[in-house]
Amino acid sequence: MPELLDMAQRIAAAARPGEQVEAYVSWHRETDIRAFDGDVESLSSAESAGVGVRVVAGGRQGFAYVGNLDAHLAREALEGARDNASFATPDEHVGLASPDGAPVAPLELWDDRLGAFPVDAKVALALELERRVRAGDARIRQVVSSDYGDSLSESAIATSTGIAATSRRTTCYLAADAVAGERDETQTGDGYTVGRGESDLDLAAAAHDVVERATRLLGARKPPSARLDVVLDRRVTATLLAILAGTLSGEEAAKGRSLFAGRLGEEVGVASLTLVDDPTHDAAFGAAVYDSEGLACRRNLLVDRGRLAGFLYDTYSARLAGTTSTASAVRGGFKSTPGVGARALSLLPGTLDQQGIVSLVGDGLLVQGISGVHSGVNPVSGDFSVGAEGLMIRGGELAEPVREITIASTVQRMLQHVLAVGTDVQWLPSVAAGVSLAIGDVAMSGA
Amino acid sequence: MTAAASPLVEPGVVERVLAHALRHGGDFAEVFVEDKRSTAISLDDRRVEELSSGHDKGAGIRVVSGETTGFAHTADLSERGLLAAAETAAAVARSSAPGARQVELGDRRLVDGTRAEILPEGIGKAAKVDLLRRADDAARSTQQAIVQVSAGYGDSRRRILVASSEGLLASDDQVRTRFSVVCVASGDSGMQTGYESRAHTVGFELFDRFSVEDAARTAAGRAVAKLSARPAPSGVVPVVIKSGTGGILFHEACGHGLEADHVVKDASAYRGKLGELVASPLVTLVDDGTPVDQWGTAVIDDEGHPAQRNILIENGVLTDYMWDYLRGRRSGRASSGNGRRQSYQHLPMVRMTNTYLLAGTDDPDEIVAQTPYGVYVAKLGGGQVNTATGDFVFGMTEAFLIEDGRITEPLRDANLIGNGPDVLRKIDAVGNDFDMSPGTCGKDGQSVPVGCGQATLRITGVTVGGTAGA
Repeated sequence: MPELLDMAQRIAAAARPGEQVEAYVSWHRETDIRAFDGDVESLSSAESAGVGVRVVAGGRQGFAYVGNLDAHLAREALEGARDNASFATPDEHVGLASPDGAPVAPLELWDDRLGAFPVDAKVALALELERRVRAGDARIRQVVSSDYGDSLSESAIATSTGIAATSRRTTCYLAADAVAGERDETQTGDGYTVGRGESDLDLAAAAHDVVERATRLLGARKPPSARLDVVLDRRVTATLLAILAGTLSGEEAAKGRSLFAGRLGEEVGVASLTLVDDPTHDAAFGAAVYDSEGLACRRNLLVDRGRLAGFLYDTYSARLAGTTSTASAVRGGFKSTPGVGARALSLLPGTLDQQGIVSLVGDGLLVQGISGVHSGVNPVSGDFSVGAEGLMIRGGELAEPVREITIASTVQRMLQHVLAVGTDVQWLPSVAAGVSLAIGDVAMSGA
Repeated sequence: MTAAASPLVEPGVVERVLAHALRHGGDFAEVFVEDKRSTAISLDDRRVEELSSGHDKGAGIRVVSGETTGFAHTADLSERGLLAAAETAAAVARSSAPGARQVELGDRRLVDGTRAEILPEGIGKAAKVDLLRRADDAARSTQQAIVQVSAGYGDSRRRILVASSEGLLASDDQVRTRFSVVCVASGDSGMQTGYESRAHTVGFELFDRFSVEDAARTAAGRAVAKLSARPAPSGVVPVVIKSGTGGILFHEACGHGLEADHVVKDASAYRGKLGELVASPLVTLVDDGTPVDQWGTAVIDDEGHPAQRNILIENGVLTDYMWDYLRGRRSGRASSGNGRRQSYQHLPMVRMTNTYLLAGTDDPDEIVAQTPYGVYVAKLGGGQVNTATGDFVFGMTEAFLIEDGRITEPLRDANLIGNGPDVLRKIDAVGNDFDMSPGTCGKDGQSVPVGCGQATLRITGVTVGGTAGA
């Protein structure tokens, strides 16, 4: 890791007078194993590394990357970024982050043991997950994939404006995907378990999830269209929160491209709704010490008891909006420039568990899975329409399974119609935590 | 044709690396070398926000031993770097009986240069930037309600070399260019978005074929039209899909289910249905990597197999699946040219190229005229499918109501949901027009460029996920 920071600092130090330079250097080692039919279908292991360089000069920004740590190629990237900057439109708000003195959260995201975890043991886990899923229910017809994956990642950011930050993390997961069948009918289900080290993995729970998800919708029918209340399962809520994060980007708001633009301080939802993005939360999958511009991550309150309390900002969008960065810069790796994003969103839990919420709703739909979220949620207009499957709720109890339906509303309306937030908060491999969530008056389209 | 650059790796080195990969045994080894340079420019909020350029170079090596594939990749293209990656990939073959193996590359399919007429590196950045400014100006000047415009330009040149222990040595030089524009319109009813894009496997000559101003005006018009849109219907209605933008329906509704990896794993609704009527007799579906310039086109796939035109469904009858090398070999047949991968850091798998429904004989206007009530989809957004069940969704980003055989009011965005095998049977009219559009297909974490195409067609009933009437 010192070498990564040294390299980043050497590149940043090449800044010319009147120029700002940022270098993001990262290294990654991963192993991916897929089991199928009692055998190893594939075993991949590889290291990759690269450098992304941003140059800002005269209010213009340019970027270039190279998928290599070769010093000569890194210099080429610097030259490329410099040349690219000369074609951009000047903007006084463009610039790199500077140290802001925010406290650095004492997070340990690295499990030393993972690097020494033997390949044979990884293979055994993938095979065992497959075996457990297959044995879990006679209706499991096929385990399409059973995967073990892990990664060790290190990165460093240095700028000519004084930023010097290093991060490292380990992650590992087990995931499987199965097909269940009964007579002519087919359903699928997946499950996973994720951790920073092997000891965090809960293989039995993942296997149980796969089996339950694949079998519970067998016999599902397409119900008639109706307007009803829905209860979103934890995973579904996490998916929605991740989409909602885009509308809480300070950049999108400043550019008038969010349904929340210009609404700071307004009531946007019911009073039971409090939304926080807190990457310093140790249990969050997206926990991070530094953001992607090298500022210390911090807790940001976004919706406070139904009132829009804040947006997420990186350095550029903060300047554009006349405020300071919330350390919410994220990037897809060395190949891209930072943008605004959430890392660890969660809703403040309510007072009822999922069973309690189902009872509260009385008659409605428990949504266990959604699809088409990227085409179905418009962050500008708020139009919301996604594919769904789940179980009907009748008389406060879970009833028959349903599939091939959509649920539709608008994001604005849904926030005003939240009936209850569950107590069952769970951090998922996402930028958001899952929690059961009941929303009233949604259009379900079916037969 | 432009002159070919020097080989990415010398054939002699490749032969030694392949032999090394099979040193401990194994049935098959492959080296995939890639050198990709790309440029991306984005304009947003009236400014050219960023130019970015990238360079990725490396090799992926796989070794197949029985049912198991070992894979490793490296950014180090020296013989030493390649041998080290081969060693890692070969770890899966440890148990096999070791033996010396000679590999001779005999079956050469080397492409000399690229089909692109104007290479991206031959055009100055200023000219590329100018396209985006022109689009911005055009979108804003034609429609008062447009409050925000973003536009993107991208090009890439990807040189690949594939060699295998079966003696294959193939290469390609792929140039792709894309342009897109998104407009936001604001009115009393809130804000709406409109999108338009062009993307082809060509060089900068892409911009001789259409006007960026026209594309920008189209996107602006879409956004403005939706300002007065009313909620889409909720429930099952007839849907007419305009030519060109509905190909994604076939990509999602049945294309993925015809990928052999899904089929052999019993994760496809089309397993065991070869020779059966699986669609309306009006449906003839093709996957075709050969059109000169479509987004999913290439001379060879990422396993070195020449691109092919494959008929998947003919007059409603399922005729074949799509295959990559490995799936084909295990089923005793050849690849259909559908082995693709995102980059050298990924294993190849069965992927679509350009998937399209052949045109029919109906007049597209007549199809609308003969629809008393329904939804006319002028542009579809992205979609998603569960291959095992065939259930799919996709978004309508430009849609209108059909009343008394006429296209009337614009509708707000909504998803369509259906079941692939079911929808294919419900196609009762296929137009004599045809068009294609580009897309990015994601599967198992890998993204590749694909094309989708179709004629104007009607589905007798599909569930529209709006909010009206529920």
